[in-house]
Amino acid sequence: MDKMPKWADVVLIPLISLFLAAILSALVILGIGEDPVAAVKLMVDGALGSTYGWGYTLYYATNFMFTGLAVAIAAHAGLFNIGGEGQAMLGGLGVALVCLLIPWPHWTLALVFAALGAGLFGAAWAAIPAYLQAKRGSHIVITTIMFNFIAAAVLNYVLVNLLRPEGSMDPATARFPEAVHLPSLHELLAPIGIEFSKSAPANVSLLVAVGACLFVWLLIWRTPLGYEIRSLGKSEPGARYAGISSVRTIMIAMLISGALAGMMAVNNVMGEAERLVLNATEGAGFIGIAVALMGRNHPFGVFLAAILFGFLYQGGAELALWTSIPRELIVVIQALVILFTGALDNMVRMPLERIFLMMRKGQN
Amino acid sequence: MDFLTIIQLLDSTVRLATPLLLACLAGLFSERAGIFDIGLEGKMLMAAFFSAAVAAVTGNVWLGLLAGIGSSLLLAGLHGVASITFRGNQLISGVAINFLAAGMTVLIAQDWFQQGGRTPSLIGGGRFTPINLPFAESLSGVPVLGPVYAELLSGHSILVYIAFLAVPATWWVLFRTRFGLRLRAVGENPAAVDTAGVSVVGLRYAAVLICGLLCGIAGAYLATALQAGFVKDMTAGRGFIALAALIFAKWRPWHAMGACLLFGLLQAIALRFQNIELGGITIPVQAMDALPYVLTVVILAGFVGKAIPPRAGGEPYVKER
Repeated sequence: MDKMPKWADVVLIPLISLFLAAILSALVILGIGEDPVAAVKLMVDGALGSTYGWGYTLYYATNFMFTGLAVAIAAHAGLFNIGGEGQAMLGGLGVALVCLLIPWPHWTLALVFAALGAGLFGAAWAAIPAYLQAKRGSHIVITTIMFNFIAAAVLNYVLVNLLRPEGSMDPATARFPEAVHLPSLHELLAPIGIEFSKSAPANVSLLVAVGACLFVWLLIWRTPLGYEIRSLGKSEPGARYAGISSVRTIMIAMLISGALAGMMAVNNVMGEAERLVLNATEGAGFIGIAVALMGRNHPFGVFLAAILFGFLYQGGAELALWTSIPRELIVVIQALVILFTGALDNMVRMPLERIFLMMRKGQN
Repeated sequence: MDFLTIIQLLDSTVRLATPLLLACLAGLFSERAGIFDIGLEGKMLMAAFFSAAVAAVTGNVWLGLLAGIGSSLLLAGLHGVASITFRGNQLISGVAINFLAAGMTVLIAQDWFQQGGRTPSLIGGGRFTPINLPFAESLSGVPVLGPVYAELLSGHSILVYIAFLAVPATWWVLFRTRFGLRLRAVGENPAAVDTAGVSVVGLRYAAVLICGLLCGIAGAYLATALQAGFVKDMTAGRGFIALAALIFAKWRPWHAMGACLLFGLLQAIALRFQNIELGGITIPVQAMDALPYVLTVVILAGFVGKAIPPRAGGEPYVKER
């Protein structure tokens, strides 16, 4: 019998962890001589108080949905994919090549192929660590970390030496043609009469991200492949006795994971910057870890956690703009969320289990 | 390339290898005891900031070093609590520590100094100064050996010598003392150590704290000896290169020194030459940046010798009931 009801595991523990992270963050804000209540107000106003704020919140959330799903699906297979950052960088390269090399007649077509290109490049970048883990037992955490750094070097080389337009000093590609411009939420919502901020970067990729959440849910809980992935994650020997090939399952799970991380580039490279710049990912690959932990590796949880982190990101930018609190506050909050929902999970879980056991004894 | 250039290159190699070596030995203690640590980077960064901040305020670099070690030990303790006491995921704890350090250093630096996340430049007693070995001046005239002694061996800060002395010390502690035997055993088979009546938790905490101490020195070296002050994200992935070196060295102290010197040399070359012409082929600077990581992946893949980590690495120990 479970020690705790399921709702406590899925809802209560993440909420308590979040609460602890929030308290510590408030103490940090107090420590640097600012008012936490005013800071929260400013964040809420800045991130959720206008369609402009929402536009940024949802834009960031789109990135985090992709990278969060990437971490989550690997976690279901018992793998810790810390390489979302590198996979997203390579995804950006895929998007840039698709958008620059082929004259697309319409953005819809371009979006489909850019997503494919991004997914392909991201998956390819995950393929080598996946193969090394599956076939040779090299620890995937270490190899994916190494591949993040290799990706940064590759991208640096490609942008500086190959894709930089002639005469430009900036290590970035040329601007993508007008035809591949993705409609922003403003352009999407205007025809149905909803006013949305013109300058906010949220765009149609948000719908792709939501679709990806749905896809991952179906895949994990409604397909044989998802069953195999979950079995492998629960127990490798168990999965092997059930006739599940661990090599094949690790490969497929990591390829999907890499593809999802890579597809983030549709949002930030194609949807926002409309060209590939150095450090386009801005750490979103790592935030995926926090998002997946917070969302308990469930696509719906990832969706909610991604919006929460989108809010934190946009709110943090507003804080940096109006107060003396630097943007790095968000990095601290992110660290605390990872710490409490991930590493210190047992610290919250153990006392809670005891309380539930006591309550159960009291009933009998 | 003339002789003097080579000497200068090697000199710079020693300087750049020092923080890698300290962090690598730090990781060695931790991982040999079965605690994975991908938070080397964060501990170094935290130590770099606090050492520079305290050295800037007090003007005393030794107080700075102590503060750096203290802050690093604090993070190491956090890692210990998460991964030993609460048996959490060691990798996730390491990730959290890296972000915590990246964020907190800038927040505190901005609050204390208002210089955009950096400390004031360290001057005078706020920095570790080079130590000239005896007769370095007078011997520099001797051909070949003179410059090697005067330029390469002499004229480093004390932390460089400490780092290189830490290599035999680490070897001795790990392979010639009872504590070292137990520490290695706890990384291979904690249940056996427990059966022998030795505390697994105690040994692992000791290892994690030694790791914190060495990371603290590494961070302090970065901010108060290699450079004069703290800047945002100044570790720049060195913690991960150290991790790579540790795997490259297959968790052995002397090999760790070799790996760190090799990776230090790569950094020194990348720093000195932008693109290298080698037999008509230009090697771009980015290739030099990526080489340590590529080499590590190759080693991990087991095509050139197999890197086998300590057997109980990454697994929390649960006492049998």
